[in-house]
Amino acid sequence: MTARSIHWFWYASPQTFYPLAGGIARWCGIAAALLAAAGLWVGFFVAPTDAQQGEAYRIIFIHVPAAWMSMFLYVVMAGWAAIGLAFNTRLSGMLASAIAPTGALFTFIALWTGSLWGKPTWGTYWVWDARLTSELILLFLYFGFMALQAAIDDPRRADRAGAVLALVGVVNIPIIYFSVQWWNTLHQGASVSLKSAPSMAASMFTGMILMALAFWMYSIAVALARLRCIIKERGE
Amino acid sequence: MSEFFAMGGYAWYVWGSYGVTLALLAAEMLLLRRRSRRNETAS
Repeated sequence: MTARSIHWFWYASPQTFYPLAGGIARWCGIAAALLAAAGLWVGFFVAPTDAQQGEAYRIIFIHVPAAWMSMFLYVVMAGWAAIGLAFNTRLSGMLASAIAPTGALFTFIALWTGSLWGKPTWGTYWVWDARLTSELILLFLYFGFMALQAAIDDPRRADRAGAVLALVGVVNIPIIYFSVQWWNTLHQGASVSLKSAPSMAASMFTGMILMALAFWMYSIAVALARLRCIIKERGE
Repeated sequence: MSEFFAMGGYAWYVWGSYGVTLALLAAEMLLLRRRSRRNETAS
């Protein structure tokens, strides 16, 4: 090993990661505020009124990014939980616990904004359709993970039990994502995919991506701030 | 200005979405700040 090699496992220790997490959280928080300001500006003042939905479509700028984050954060949470389970690393389990409340929050926001969008466009706040139901199950998976961890006193045992639950629940993520293709649902299909150009005006797309990046930065900042609390509370 | 806030008749749906999102994110940040303050005074 040369002196220039990167110490990959240096930050796997809670004590050494603690100050780094604080620095990353601060910068991501600033980035989130700037991106959100830009995204809201584009969303409300640059993007045109929708020909069919009028101004109601502007809910898209939080609904779609929140729904993306709800699924993405679950996968990241389950990924860290799996690493903790496999290698018995302390920090991984703490990261999973730190992500869960923010994931649950974005799941609720996706459901809430979707409900408020459904009323003017579909004529109902809620319908037991595949996309909506599987997203609601995601919320319950987050709650289950948090409740299970809170119910076990020994943090290492709580991490392992939570990890198993999180991993079993991963099966729900492709179900949410493909639900609009597998079943007949009221929910529209994906407007954005890697294979084709987005089916919306460029300014609408820009606003949505800016808000998605803002939520992303916000999630990193909040999860790392919570991680610091967990490290402190576990007396590391 | 009032036209902007009326959102073409969709004010409740649009501002209901943005308002609740903002309130929840603000609450999460506030609770985290309180939690970390409490940790610092405890140790």
